[in-house]
Amino acid sequence: MSQQTVHPGKPRVAVHKFSSCDGCQLSFLNLGEALLTLAERIDLVHFAEAGPLDPDTGVDVAFVEGSVSTPEDLERIQHIRAHSGLLIAIGACATSGGIQGLRNQAKGAEWVAQIYSHPEAIASLEHSTPISCHVKVDFELWGCPVSGPQILAVINALLLGVTPRDNTDKVCTECKRQGYPCVMVTHGIACMGPVTRAGCGALCPSLGRDCYGCYGPAENANTDALAIQFGHLGLTPAAIVRRFQSINSQAPVFLAAADKLRAG
Amino acid sequence: MTERRSVAIHVPVLARVEGEGALDLRIEQGDIAELRLRIFEPPRFFEKFLEGRHYTEIPDMVARICGICPVAYQVTAAQALEDLFGVELDPWARVMRRVFYCGEWIQSHSLHIHLLAAPDFFGCGNAIELARIAPDEVRRGLRIQGLGNELMDLFGARSVHPVGVRIGGFHGAPSLARILDMRDKLRAALPEAEALIRWAAAIPVPQDDQVFVSVATRHPADYAIERGDIGASDGLRIGAEAFDAHFIERHEPYSTALFSTYHQQPYLVGPLARLNLNHEYLPGAIRALLADIGLVLPSRNLFHSLLARAVEIWLALYEALRLLDGYRVPDSPWVPATPRAGVAIGCTEAPRGLLWHRYEMDDAGCVINARIVPPTSQNQGRIEEDLRLSLLNFGLDHPDDALRLHCEKVIRNYDPCISCATHFLRLNVARA
Repeated sequence: MSQQTVHPGKPRVAVHKFSSCDGCQLSFLNLGEALLTLAERIDLVHFAEAGPLDPDTGVDVAFVEGSVSTPEDLERIQHIRAHSGLLIAIGACATSGGIQGLRNQAKGAEWVAQIYSHPEAIASLEHSTPISCHVKVDFELWGCPVSGPQILAVINALLLGVTPRDNTDKVCTECKRQGYPCVMVTHGIACMGPVTRAGCGALCPSLGRDCYGCYGPAENANTDALAIQFGHLGLTPAAIVRRFQSINSQAPVFLAAADKLRAG
Repeated sequence: MTERRSVAIHVPVLARVEGEGALDLRIEQGDIAELRLRIFEPPRFFEKFLEGRHYTEIPDMVARICGICPVAYQVTAAQALEDLFGVELDPWARVMRRVFYCGEWIQSHSLHIHLLAAPDFFGCGNAIELARIAPDEVRRGLRIQGLGNELMDLFGARSVHPVGVRIGGFHGAPSLARILDMRDKLRAALPEAEALIRWAAAIPVPQDDQVFVSVATRHPADYAIERGDIGASDGLRIGAEAFDAHFIERHEPYSTALFSTYHQQPYLVGPLARLNLNHEYLPGAIRALLADIGLVLPSRNLFHSLLARAVEIWLALYEALRLLDGYRVPDSPWVPATPRAGVAIGCTEAPRGLLWHRYEMDDAGCVINARIVPPTSQNQGRIEEDLRLSLLNFGLDHPDDALRLHCEKVIRNYDPCISCATHFLRLNVARA
């Protein structure tokens, strides 16, 4: 049986990688000296990129980066689930299938044949899917990539014995709070902020550019209204589809928005 | 007479490399019967889903190939497209692209030295163990890594998948106050980087002498980072557009990464290849330091790779400081671009070595097809060759654990970034 609470002493933690760019693991490796402090408070049992290798020992918390995209992944995620108290999916790949989820709309086998001269040697599933498609996920941190503060907030919450929280509101709320001029209102730039989940701190508008949705859909996202607004700004229907079909293309809200536009 | 024995070593997951790879080594009758570096990072098909995308989307998409070197992908793509579109960057943007890129070298190299490679040489399994016996050195390394991240933040708002690059320059320009603050930090970091070089030079490494071809970009004005032609240590000097005439990729069924060869031979890209080819462009101060520590260039010992990264950290700090002298906020951080049909080709020096991009574009500015050749695939053949030579030099009669550790050290010299080594098109793809 898996434990449902975090070990009161020094919790055992694993970081697992599936199909990904490794960028969310960097949220740990870029913590700087905080990484050494963290290592005193938790027991890092498995984290291949950082060194510790022990995927089989039971842990209190498993962080999972990446999407499920090979036959072997299907078994591995079950194994991890069975050996972990809490399973936390981190980043766009683990929560929505990631940018490689774009292949779900295409013919994956044809792509393999076009890229590799020995396609029979490439084990790749037709679809790239989030962790929650396969096992129970206790908590999700969205973002491409997730940030160090997001990771630390989750770990601190667990160490303090409280339920971690994540901001499901829209990027617009962060943007307003920072006092950035709205790029859509002032410059007519097609910004995804009104439908995108907060958490980054409105980085793109801080540079005067459009949000491109890398944190995935926000709660109660009105994609219909935004698609109409993008049309008013001069985007073609195909260009609007591309706005929803990028880093988090398989997130249900973005996929539905794109399908609706494609259906005309 | 040494004992003849048969050994099979299988390292199912390579630790402290980015991405997923494994190594199979079979020794029979005291000789290497089989040696395979297998990369089984699942393919992610980047080139395929770039097809049909608008040029404005490319920098944000290609960044996702690698979380550790997104700047290399963004800058290479942007510059290839700017060349095709005939966009002349403002001098401010051209210089800041190099500064931005320096941030990534500093971050990636310091991460690799302290978190991935150095623990091997101190009998430690990871950096946290290393920090117990060398706390000041590890903390110094993490501080330098953090400074590299800050430098990327200035232009990209974050260091993993930064959001600042656009075709024609940058979306935004940092304020003078932030640059002055950064200059103070860079100035303070230079002595730390010098201490890092001396520390790295003092780490005992095997004496391994191998013959190989080094390949790197070269530029007549400076130590090539974000621009230049392609050069090789045998005298080759070609433009990026001639890459295909000299370099070939092939697929081995045991790996999802393609292997590259140069004139049918493996070759080296990365920090040591760059130092070998471009060391005369290093500033005088660092050349004096290298003479003092006794590093003779070119070097044929891949175990100098860690030291080469330390040298490049110093260089990148120095370059960023130099280029931010007299900083001014530009009238506009970008110039407009008008798309044009044709083939966009470009290359730069990612932290791990030569990165080559090719995009065929239509007249609406959308991608018809894309091809990306990252450094790790180029090094893959060289890593296998190195493992063979290095193991024979080391001696096959060592215990299995010692052989395994030696193989891992050799592989980590190349800092293989396996997550990006998985998305090539083979050479002869017929396209409709």
